[in-house]
Amino acid sequence: MSFGDNQGPLRLYTTMRRIRSFEERVGELFVRGESAGSMLHLSIGEESVAGVCAAMTEGDTFTTHHRGHGIFIARGADPKRMMSEIAGKADGYCHGKGGSMHIADMGLGHLGANAIVGGGIPHIIGAGLAYRNRGEGRVSVAFFGDGAMQQGILYESMNMAALWKLPVVFCCINNQYGMGTRVDRSAGRLAFDERARAFGLDGVVVDGLDVEAVNAAAAGIVDGARNGRPGFISLEVFRFFGHARMDKSPYRSEEEEKAGRAKDPVLFTRGSLAARGIADAATLDGIDADVAAEMDAALEHAVKAAPPALDIMFDDVYGPGEPRPTPVRSRIADILSEARA
Amino acid sequence: MTAIETTYRDALREALADAMRADECVVIMGEEVGLYGGAYGVTKNLIADFGANRVIDTPISEPAIIGAAVGAAMSGLRPVAELMYVDFAGMVMDQLANQAAKIRYMFGGQIGVPMVLRTQGGTGRSAAAQHSQSLEAWMVHTPGLRVAMPATVNDAYHLLRHALTLPDPVVFIEHKGLYTRKGTLDKDAPDADWGRAVVRRPGKDLTIVTYSRMLFETLAAAETLAASGLEAEVIDLRCLNPMDEETMTASVRRTGRAMVVTEAVMTGGLSAELAARIQESCFDFLEEPVVRVAGEDIPIPVSPALERGSIPSAQLIAETADLLVRRRTPSWATA
Repeated sequence: MSFGDNQGPLRLYTTMRRIRSFEERVGELFVRGESAGSMLHLSIGEESVAGVCAAMTEGDTFTTHHRGHGIFIARGADPKRMMSEIAGKADGYCHGKGGSMHIADMGLGHLGANAIVGGGIPHIIGAGLAYRNRGEGRVSVAFFGDGAMQQGILYESMNMAALWKLPVVFCCINNQYGMGTRVDRSAGRLAFDERARAFGLDGVVVDGLDVEAVNAAAAGIVDGARNGRPGFISLEVFRFFGHARMDKSPYRSEEEEKAGRAKDPVLFTRGSLAARGIADAATLDGIDADVAAEMDAALEHAVKAAPPALDIMFDDVYGPGEPRPTPVRSRIADILSEARA
Repeated sequence: MTAIETTYRDALREALADAMRADECVVIMGEEVGLYGGAYGVTKNLIADFGANRVIDTPISEPAIIGAAVGAAMSGLRPVAELMYVDFAGMVMDQLANQAAKIRYMFGGQIGVPMVLRTQGGTGRSAAAQHSQSLEAWMVHTPGLRVAMPATVNDAYHLLRHALTLPDPVVFIEHKGLYTRKGTLDKDAPDADWGRAVVRRPGKDLTIVTYSRMLFETLAAAETLAASGLEAEVIDLRCLNPMDEETMTASVRRTGRAMVVTEAVMTGGLSAELAARIQESCFDFLEEPVVRVAGEDIPIPVSPALERGSIPSAQLIAETADLLVRRRTPSWATA
């Protein structure tokens, strides 16, 4: 299966269901005590990012924030290798050195998830410069949250993108919360597209409830970027659960959560597909069951996968053939054995 | 080509131009690197030779300059990002320390960040507290970053050329007080010096380890000491990561006495690191404590007199050596 490129509403639904299902298994991985730590940021409620990802094409690249599982799934990730990475296992995408917040795969154009808010944004500027200089027609997309809308490096990067007419897109997934602070408690003005337009970018705000509308809006922005008009998308969604696994969301009310979760992009699309006669309930149930089986298998794969060998610790600090760090133990042994010789 | 006399600044420019001719992936980006020619003139005229797509004038946005260089390096370019003053590291440490330095490792070795961050530091121009620091310890304390600090014209050229062949990010720290210094450049010299210290002056009585501009203060001190019969061996580290401990260790085991000289402030810095390494590997050979001669633990003041007084001088180095080896009372001793 290939999940890249624009392939119609049923495919978008399938991708969203895969994201939801994967994230639910990540939660289970944690509950079972099999995840590497608790810094797991689920994107449940944000699945319509699949519409942006489907507007990208093969060869396009992207960076993500720490809540990026869904984006990578939508760009073709293997859930088994993802889940292994989240569990810190040797066969994960980064051999268990990166984890949930630093997953990457150059083959799929994933230039890296980032655990510094806004940290991955300027990397698309460099990628865009490279594509521009080589005349490649590729686009690079930075995905980040509404928290990064208040980081200075975003605006430095937007300015460079507009100045140099780079093939890049800034995609804010506005899930209403930067950790525990609601967006209206961290921004004086919430019209984020206006900020982008002020820098000379094309900018849109799109309701994340309807993935097809997201896809249509994103297609225009991504195509513009490919033609030297960098753009910005703010995808308006609601983060269904806490910031990370240990967060029980004491900073918001049950009423707010209930209202937010009522805007469920997966259920909305499911209903829309059925209502329009694109897929009947049996077809959709079949997709859901296939996806559940796929993600169950990914979870069990990660639980059973082997941890990395201890001696890979010193690999890849530097490039191939370069001097490696000296292990502390061998240094101590050298010093004390010589001193006693 | 035979060796020529040139300046540190021109040797750096030659290295950039030669690297750009040899590898079309090399691009320069930074504030004032193009039309202005670089704040200290290192990139003068390169935009005319290589065009604005390869010599990229940027807005004053240091974090995004370094961040863009990271992304460019991951996308097949080999960027030389210029950070006008090393003091601006305060602006860019996330992109440098959390991004450039860790991407290869975090991503399991899938990709590296082959970029060079060219910058300059140090005192000598009364540029005051925010434009005169020696911040190499910040860089060396971050695994994943290579760090070079050339003192001589020849090293300025060859270390920069070599940095532009490495698979990893290199922080290349020039010294603002060396740009007009003349020396011999031999482009045909063998390229085997990266990561290797060099003995700049042989001696038997003590070893002085230093780097960057303090090399010349140390050599001047060694000259003074020699006149009164004390022979100091002077070692120029050139690279701080990788660090050549063998050359230091071999020397100190022979001389039995060691001093470390840095322009950077003393506490928590390279002088402490070097002294610790010498102590660890030469403990049974040391006749005296390893002594650090370093910058005072203060912000750099603007007054020329105060600025000069805050960093080691040839006189301070020589008198410290005399105190260490011959127990001679230094001029600053109080009754």
